[in-house]
Amino acid sequence: MLLATACRTDEIVIPAEYDRLPIGATPHCDPIGLYVLNEGNMGSNKASIDYVDLENGLYARNLYAERNPSVIKELGDVGNDLQIYGSKLYAVLNSSHKIEVMDARTLVRIGQIDIPNCRYINFHKGKAYVTSYVGPIAIDPNAQPGAVYCVDTTTLSVIDKCTVGYQPEEMAITNERIYIANSGGYRKPNYDNTLSVVDIATMKQIQKITVAPNLHRVRKDAYGQLWVSSRGDEASIPSRLFVLDYKENSSQEMVVTDTLDIPCSDMCIHGDSLYFYSLAWSDKLEGNVVTYGIVNVRTKELVTDNFITDGTEREIEKPYGVAVNPGNGDIYVTDGKNYVSSGTVHCYSREGKRKWSMRAGDIPAHMVFLRRDKQ
Amino acid sequence: MDKVLRRLIIFVVLCSVAFTMRAQTAVNNDVDVDLDSITMHTLNEVIVTASRFTEVIPSQKLTGKELEGLNTLSVADALRYFSGVQLKDYGGVGGIKTVNIRGMGSEQMGVYYNGIQLGNAQNGQVDLGKFSLENIEEISLYNGQRSDVFQTAREFGSAGSIYLTTRRPRFKEGARANLKAGLKVGSFDFLNPSVLCEYKITDDIYATFNAEWINASGKYEFRYRRVTPAGEVAYDTTAIRENGDIDAVRIEGGVQGYMPRGKWKAYMYHYTSERGIPGAIVNNVWHRGERLWDRNSFVQAMFEYDITPKLSTKVNAKYAFDYTHYVNNDDKLIHVDNIYKQREVYASWANKYTILRNWDVSLAYDYQWNQLSEYREVQRNTHWVSLASAYALDDCFKVQASALATIVDEENRGRDDVPDKFKVTPAVFLSYKPFERADLVLRTFYKQSYRMPTFNDLYYTDMGNAYLKPELATQYNVGVMYDLDRNDNIFSFFRIGADVYYNKVKDKIIAYPKGQQFRWTMLNLGVVDIRGIDAQAMAVFRFPYHIELTTKLQYTYQEAIDITDPNDNYYGHQIPYIPWHSGSAIVMLSWREWMLNYSFIYVGERYNQQENIIYNYTQPWYTNDVSLVKIFRLKDVVLKATLEVNNLLDQDYDVILNYPMPKRNYRVGITVEI
Repeated sequence: MLLATACRTDEIVIPAEYDRLPIGATPHCDPIGLYVLNEGNMGSNKASIDYVDLENGLYARNLYAERNPSVIKELGDVGNDLQIYGSKLYAVLNSSHKIEVMDARTLVRIGQIDIPNCRYINFHKGKAYVTSYVGPIAIDPNAQPGAVYCVDTTTLSVIDKCTVGYQPEEMAITNERIYIANSGGYRKPNYDNTLSVVDIATMKQIQKITVAPNLHRVRKDAYGQLWVSSRGDEASIPSRLFVLDYKENSSQEMVVTDTLDIPCSDMCIHGDSLYFYSLAWSDKLEGNVVTYGIVNVRTKELVTDNFITDGTEREIEKPYGVAVNPGNGDIYVTDGKNYVSSGTVHCYSREGKRKWSMRAGDIPAHMVFLRRDKQ
Repeated sequence: MDKVLRRLIIFVVLCSVAFTMRAQTAVNNDVDVDLDSITMHTLNEVIVTASRFTEVIPSQKLTGKELEGLNTLSVADALRYFSGVQLKDYGGVGGIKTVNIRGMGSEQMGVYYNGIQLGNAQNGQVDLGKFSLENIEEISLYNGQRSDVFQTAREFGSAGSIYLTTRRPRFKEGARANLKAGLKVGSFDFLNPSVLCEYKITDDIYATFNAEWINASGKYEFRYRRVTPAGEVAYDTTAIRENGDIDAVRIEGGVQGYMPRGKWKAYMYHYTSERGIPGAIVNNVWHRGERLWDRNSFVQAMFEYDITPKLSTKVNAKYAFDYTHYVNNDDKLIHVDNIYKQREVYASWANKYTILRNWDVSLAYDYQWNQLSEYREVQRNTHWVSLASAYALDDCFKVQASALATIVDEENRGRDDVPDKFKVTPAVFLSYKPFERADLVLRTFYKQSYRMPTFNDLYYTDMGNAYLKPELATQYNVGVMYDLDRNDNIFSFFRIGADVYYNKVKDKIIAYPKGQQFRWTMLNLGVVDIRGIDAQAMAVFRFPYHIELTTKLQYTYQEAIDITDPNDNYYGHQIPYIPWHSGSAIVMLSWREWMLNYSFIYVGERYNQQENIIYNYTQPWYTNDVSLVKIFRLKDVVLKATLEVNNLLDQDYDVILNYPMPKRNYRVGITVEI
C-alpha cells in the first residue's frame, strides 16, 4: 500500500465526478440543466465547469477537463463569467486572459478568444461584447482605463474595441447601446462612479452617467429599466441598488430615477422579481452580514428580505452567486466558503425551501441555464 | 550585458588585489606558531561536531566536508537534508525558498546568522534561497532552542532555530593570509564567481572578506504531461521557464579578535539583487512581467567577556536596512510599482553566572525596533527578557529550563488603537544517559513559543487586522539517540535515533475572506494538531587503501491536521503542502583526493489546498543528485574541482502547484585555495 503511493505515476487528467441529485430526474423540463463556473483561486489554475443535469437528475463535477483532455493546463485560471449565446457556451477566464468557447450541448471546445484581463461578456446581433480592465496604455500607470471589445461570434475574432472608464465590470445592452459599469476598483479610494454608454454602431463612448462609487452589476428588466449595483467604498459609502430609465420626453438618454437603500452583491431578475443577496463585512461583528432578498422591479419595493424561508441559509458561509430557473422558479445560490476549498450549490424551491445541496469546485459563482432544443 | 561585463571586471580586480596581498604576505613570512593551525579534515571531525551528550537539545548539523559534497547552492538546498523540515521552493535559482519545521509554518522558524536573528518584520519569512553556502561552515537545526543557556533572549523565542555560521579563519603555520577564489558555471546560464580572503592582522585579530556574484538567465525547460484515465497521452508539452533571471551580488566582511578572557566580532553584510518573478504557469499564461529589486544590508557586532571565572557577559548589536522594489510590467495587468523599506535596530545583553561547576544561570535582555515604510509607516518596539538555567548531574542527567517574556509596543501613525502584546513562554529540556559506557541518550522537551503578527498581518491594505493576537505553538518531544564510535575499525561509526513529537498550534493567523470580491482579513482562527516521528541513522566505514564510506538516512512522518471547525469540509484533513512521508539518503564515498556523493530526497504525496480531495492532490517528488569532487595539491595551492548533476533521472515535478521545477541540470565548479 505504502509503495503503491510512494512513487510518482503518470499525472492523469482528472475525470468528472457524477452524483445523483436527491430530487431525481425531471423529464421534459426546460431548461434541461445549468452550467456552473467555479472560479478557482488566482494562480491555482482551478477554474472548472460543473453541469447540473436536471433532466436526468445528475450533478457532474469538473466536466471540462474530461470533455477536452488535450487542452494544455485545462480550463484556466479564475473564471469570471459564463454565458450561452446560440449554440455556444462562453466562459470568461480572467487570469488566463481568454474566453473559452465551447459547444453548449457537449462542452467540447470550439476555440478561444484572447482578451487581456477580461471580465464579463454580453451579446447582441451576432456579436459578443467583452469588458476588460486593460485599455490603452496610459502615461500614469494608475490611470489606465478599461475597454469593451467587440467579437464576431462566428469567427471568434476581435473586430473592434472602445475605451471606457476604469476597471469596467458588467454591462447591459439595450436600444443599440451598451451600458458599462465602471468600478475603478484598483484606484481605491478614488473609485470610478460612472456608467459608460457606448454606441454599438460606431463603437464609441458617447456618454458617461454618474451613479455611485465602485459600480459592479448592470441588468435589464422587462420594462427596459436598468438595475445597477454599486459596491460602495468599503468605508462610509455602502453598497446600493440604482434604477435607470429614460429621461422624460427622451427615447435615448438614461438617468438614475431611483436609489434603493439596499446593499447588493449579486442579482438575478426573474419576471417582476429581482432576487439579490448582499454580503457585507462588519468590523464590529468581525464577520459577514448577509441578506437574501427580493425587490419588485415594477414597484421598486422590497418584497422580502429573506427568500430562503426554511432557515437553511445559516448553512451558507459566503453566498457567491444567485440564479433563478426561468422554467419553474427554483432558486440557486452558490456558497464560495473560504475561496480555497470546495464550494456548494444550493437549490431552493420558489417558496424558499431547500431542495438539494451539492459540492462544487472552488468558488462556484456563475450559472447559466441550458434550454431544451426547440424542435 | 553591460552590467555583466562591469561585474566581471570588478571581480577580476578584487581577485587580483587579493592575490597580490597574499603574495606579499608570503614573502614576509614570519615564523609565528599559530594555535589555530589547520587540522587535517577527517571524517571524524564531521562526527564530533554533531550532537552528542554535550547538548541537551536534539540538533542536526551539516558541516565542512558534508556541505562541500552535497549538491547545494543555497542554505535552502542544504536544509532539505534535515528531518522534520519542509521546503517550499518556487523553482530555479531566483525562486523564493522558505522552510518550516514540524508543520508549524515558516514564521515560527528563527534563522540566526552568526548568532543574530535575520528578520523580516513585514512578512515574517526569510528567503533562504538568498543565503549562499559559499562562506558557510556549519548549518545547524535545533528543535526548540539551542542548548547553550548563554545566549540572547530572542534565541529562546522560536519554535525551531536554524544557525548559519560563517567560516572561521584557520591559518597554516607561518601563514598570515588565506585566499580562496572560485567559479561555478552551469545550467540556466548560471555563473557564480566568488572570492574569500582571510587575513591575520595580529595573532589575535583576524579579518575576513567574502564576495560573490550570481548571475543566471533562469531559463529552463519544464514539461507538463497528462494522460487520460484510459492511459492515452492527453497532452505533453515542454516549454521554457521565463522571467526567472537573477543578478545578485553579496559582499560580507568582518573583523574578529580574541582576548585571554573574551572575544569580539564585527560584521557587515550586503546583498543586492535584481530578479524576475517567474510566477504560476496557468492555462494560456507562460510568462509574466513581475520584477523585484532587493537590497539587504546589515552590520552587527558581538563582544563576549568573562568578568570573573564565574560571571560572563555578552553584548550584541545590529542595524539592518532592507529595500524592496516591486514592479509588475505585465501589459495585461494593472501596472504596480511599489517600494518597501524596512529598518531594524537590535541590541542584546546576556549574562551567565556559574553557581556551581555543573549549574549555570543566565539572564538576558534584548530590545528591537522595527520600522516599515511605504504603504503605511509603521513601527514596533519589542523587548525580550529571558531567564534560563542549566544543570548537570554526574554527567548522566542534564536539564535546561528557560522562561521568556516578550513585550511588544505597537506604534503606528494612521491607526489609533493597536493593542500592545505581552507573553511569557516556558521551555524545559531534559536528557538522560543511563549507561556510563554506552552512548545512549534519552531526551525530552516541552516548549511554548509565540509568533508575533507581522506588519503585513496587522496593517496590510484591506487585509490587515490590528487586533490580532500572537500565534501560539506548543511542542512536546520524546527521543532517543544511540552512538557507537569504534574509531579505526572498518565499521567505524554508527548512530541511530528517533524523536516522537506532538505540536499544537493555536490562534493560528490565517487569511479569512471578508465580504465580496476577494477581500481578506487576518484572523486568529486556525488550530492545527501535529504528530510526527523524526528518525535518523548514520554509518561510517573505513576500508583499507583510504577508502571511506559515509551513509546517512533521515525519515519524517508527519500528520498535521486542521481541527479549526468541525463544519469545515477540510476538518481533520492534512494541512497544505505537508507530506505524510519524507526523507533523504546520502552516500559519500571518498578515496584519497576523490569524493563521490550521491543523495536522494523524497517528499511524499500531499495536498496543495486544505481539502484532501483529488483536485488538490499533489504527487510525490524525489530527486537523485550526484557530485564528484577532486582535490589537486600543488605545493601550497589547493585546487578543487566539482562536477554536479542534479535531478539525474530528469523528473518533472512541482514542489508548489503550477511552479515547475527544473529537469536534469549540471554545475561545474573550481576553487583555488592558497
